[in-house]
Amino acid sequence: MRRNRAENDASHAKLTRRAALLGGAQLLFMGGLGARMRYLQVDQADQFRLLAEENRINIRLIPPARGEIFDRNGVRLAENIPSYRIVMVREDAGDVDAVMARLSQVIDIDLETYEGALEELKRSAPFLPVTIVEGVSWDEVSKVSVNAPALPGVTPEVGLTRVYPRGSDFAHVVGRVGRVSQKDLDALENPDQVLRIPRFQIGKINVEARAEDALRGTAGTKQVEVNATGRVMRELDRREGQSGADLQLTVDSKLQGYVQARLADESAAVVIIDCENGDLAAIASAPSYDPNLFIGGISSANYDPLLNSKYRPLVNKTVQGAYPPGSTFKMMTAMAALEEGLIGPDDTVYCPGHLEVAGRKFHCWKRAGHGWVDLGNSLKQSCDVYYYDLALKVGIEKITAMANRFGLGIRHELALSSVNSGLTPTKSWKKVTRGADWVIGDTVNASIGQGFMLASPLQLAVMSARIATGRMITPRLIKSVDGVEQPLGTGASLNLNDNNLQKMRRAMYEVVNDRRGTGYRSRIIADEWRMAGKTGTSQVRNITAAERARGVTSNADLPWERRDHALFVAFAPFDKPRYAVSVLVEHGGGGSTAAAPIARDVLLQALAGGEPSLSAYPKGDRARIKTQQNRLRDVKPEAAIDGKDQA
Amino acid sequence: MSYLEYTVKSVPTGFRKILHLNWPLALLLVSVCGIGFLMLYSVAGGSFSPWAEPQMKRFALGLAIMMAVAMVPIWFWRNLSGVAYGVSLILLVLVALIGEARKGSQRWLDLGFMDLQPSELMKITLVMFLAAYYDWLPAKKVSRPFWVLLPVLIIFLPTALVLEQPDLGTSILLLTAGAGLMFLAGVHWAYFAVVIAAGVGLVTAVFQSRGTSWQLLNNYQYRRIDTFLDPAAEPLGAGYHITQSKIALGSGGWTGRGFMQGTQSRLNFLPEKHTDFIFTTLAEEFGFVGAISLLGIYALIILFCVVTAIRNKDRFSSLLTLGIALNFFLYFAVNMSMVMGMAPVVGVPLPLVSYGGSAMLVLLLAFGLVQSAHVHRPR
Repeated sequence: MRRNRAENDASHAKLTRRAALLGGAQLLFMGGLGARMRYLQVDQADQFRLLAEENRINIRLIPPARGEIFDRNGVRLAENIPSYRIVMVREDAGDVDAVMARLSQVIDIDLETYEGALEELKRSAPFLPVTIVEGVSWDEVSKVSVNAPALPGVTPEVGLTRVYPRGSDFAHVVGRVGRVSQKDLDALENPDQVLRIPRFQIGKINVEARAEDALRGTAGTKQVEVNATGRVMRELDRREGQSGADLQLTVDSKLQGYVQARLADESAAVVIIDCENGDLAAIASAPSYDPNLFIGGISSANYDPLLNSKYRPLVNKTVQGAYPPGSTFKMMTAMAALEEGLIGPDDTVYCPGHLEVAGRKFHCWKRAGHGWVDLGNSLKQSCDVYYYDLALKVGIEKITAMANRFGLGIRHELALSSVNSGLTPTKSWKKVTRGADWVIGDTVNASIGQGFMLASPLQLAVMSARIATGRMITPRLIKSVDGVEQPLGTGASLNLNDNNLQKMRRAMYEVVNDRRGTGYRSRIIADEWRMAGKTGTSQVRNITAAERARGVTSNADLPWERRDHALFVAFAPFDKPRYAVSVLVEHGGGGSTAAAPIARDVLLQALAGGEPSLSAYPKGDRARIKTQQNRLRDVKPEAAIDGKDQA
Repeated sequence: MSYLEYTVKSVPTGFRKILHLNWPLALLLVSVCGIGFLMLYSVAGGSFSPWAEPQMKRFALGLAIMMAVAMVPIWFWRNLSGVAYGVSLILLVLVALIGEARKGSQRWLDLGFMDLQPSELMKITLVMFLAAYYDWLPAKKVSRPFWVLLPVLIIFLPTALVLEQPDLGTSILLLTAGAGLMFLAGVHWAYFAVVIAAGVGLVTAVFQSRGTSWQLLNNYQYRRIDTFLDPAAEPLGAGYHITQSKIALGSGGWTGRGFMQGTQSRLNFLPEKHTDFIFTTLAEEFGFVGAISLLGIYALIILFCVVTAIRNKDRFSSLLTLGIALNFFLYFAVNMSMVMGMAPVVGVPLPLVSYGGSAMLVLLLAFGLVQSAHVHRPR
């Protein structure tokens, strides 16, 4: 494209004009920059040089005091106690290695701490104070102060440390705090500045973690003028932060302590739920561990045994564990059939000891069979064939729907870590996850809480509370935040046929109080506290035909890992339910022998509000219970807490 | 005059081109880079690693690229500018889709041998494309609405993509450089007046509406604007950096503390001491004399560019040269204003001095184009 010369010249002239204009504007701006340089570097130089040489303005965060956690009666479960620590600022210390060496002559620093601190000093920003040792005594603080001239950049500071006065009782409820890790920061979209304070503590698990936002509070700031050696000359400005909110839990620390002591080192879980409002009176997982060990980092000597124990003390079995509910599930199968009107409570089924379905024999636990059984008898003696029969009539979808109404297969929102939703299988679930069609045998297995069926002890406790009340009880763990009461879990009516529910409760009553009931040995004889319950024994292995021919091997002969789980769900008092409870003993053998006695003890403890009188126990048991009570009274569940233990 | 009218004979060929390079400009650029190496060596506490050495290697590569680009006739680059713009735009889209996120923004593409920041490339290719556009467009059409709308779209597309990353600094640079080029090309005053008036009006409306029933933004958005305009409101954020940066700068005085004598420790709090805040080190160690000298060199670079651009009778060449000079100016003007507490912190490096590969390579490539325009100018 050829353009005429005149037009080109005109446009070039315009370009030249505008280029000159824009160039001039640029030069003008540069003149402005130069003037600013002159102002800062020449006119103001003395002032800035003074600021640089003598003083600097430092902005320090004031970490907020973490909210404290109390039990339902105001007993402290997590508190902050003052602790002294020695901190060092790298840029003020100069030769960090030399200062550290001198410091270690003044006070004792073990090698691990020494090297850890040295590494942290080199890694973190030079103006940030790094904690060298925590939990030092007043004596050592004085030593450091006296030697201050030889220790530039080193200052003692007073801070707050988290302490759990109830020790292992609440490790699986309150949880614990720990140093903020990179992982914690990555998990947050916009991490609070306060989290970047070295050694700031953040909730790691359970209530401490789940209620982190309420507990943390907001940081304050102070502007301080410091001199060349980093010493604070004066405080210029201070903005107070806000300390975290206090929490109150629904748990009764006395009862919780008793339950943990009763479980001792058994691999077990107990959940006690208030039938009136869903408050968790106790939620215990055993064995437990002392969360105080984790504050400020746990040593591998302490950690490895916890990690490697086959009893898994770090796992909260009440909510994280999912177990086949076994016979405790039978109430669900029966309720589904009753509500559908497929059977009446008094209709009977013949139990010959097994039921053949689709060419496969499903056995009753009692090989000889129970003969003709109705609802009451089947539950009382825990006949399996009766429930196989009901399940075939009602179908898996109805059973699962009923189980969900009672809180199984539903994730209950609690401020605990890794709350499991259990599993109530359906045909479509199996299709999707297993890629296989539902077979009739699956329904038969599910009817007695085996097969795919899984539930956590928490869910089982909720189930028994719902059976006891006929209402949608939901569990509540946090009673109040900063004095504000949290919503109750009283729940609306389940809208079930009252007659059916009554029959079911009656049958559960007979499980414990009838001479032929599976839980008879664990009955309560005090009339005002009568208990209703159901035993469960869930298989963790398949019984082969060969084994069955030889006679089923008894649990005691099996290695621990292959024994059955023992379960028991109950509520009491029978006529006016106050508490519902679920007990799980991992690989404990039978529900009636391993789990039911625990349920009775903890229920009585809860109902009596302390140690119950022996008269509540059957005569034959009293001597044994007496020694047990004496023994448990001697166990002081409170771990010895003092600063020294943690260092 | 268009490039078709060149008398090919008068354009130097072969190695004689080297003699016709704009040597003073090249020397000025090299000296700025040299200052950069010194400062990177100094902030590393007197060590070539971790910054000075890789920077020098990239400089060597950049210099080679600059020479190679300068040797190729400018009309070749002119014909390539559409493709270059398109490729940069595609790379920006790729960054949005598969880019690598660092420090909360997604700006980088992993090419295997290096990490590329396509937004840096876009700064140059946008200018190239606009220059080619206005070279092609007959002068009388320049101010017609449709022909104004087209370059506006050309500018907004990459700006929006960069803003999305999010990279406020670069998107401001793109927008300003684009607008500057339109101004240079002769778009009528009235357009700029209207845009500026509308901008002022909008900003006033946004602030006036605060706290009234017709409030235009959410409260938290206002709070963000507050911290942006007044960093001191956020004591641990940008305000702290600016305070310390000013102290370091001011304490330099007339002649500074001397090379490597800056109280580095006082600057160690700056996370960007080798990138965005490197000027504070220079100003502290070499004082007002050093700082004003660097500014002087920058001014000379701009001046040389403006002069060669005006002398160059080829419209594409002069627009391109001016656009690149404007871009370069925006870099250091924004960076210095920011460091001296005259503008909010937006994260723009000091050109050819701050540590950073993409920026240096792209700038040297751009000055290669300037050299090519100079060598192959119509005579």
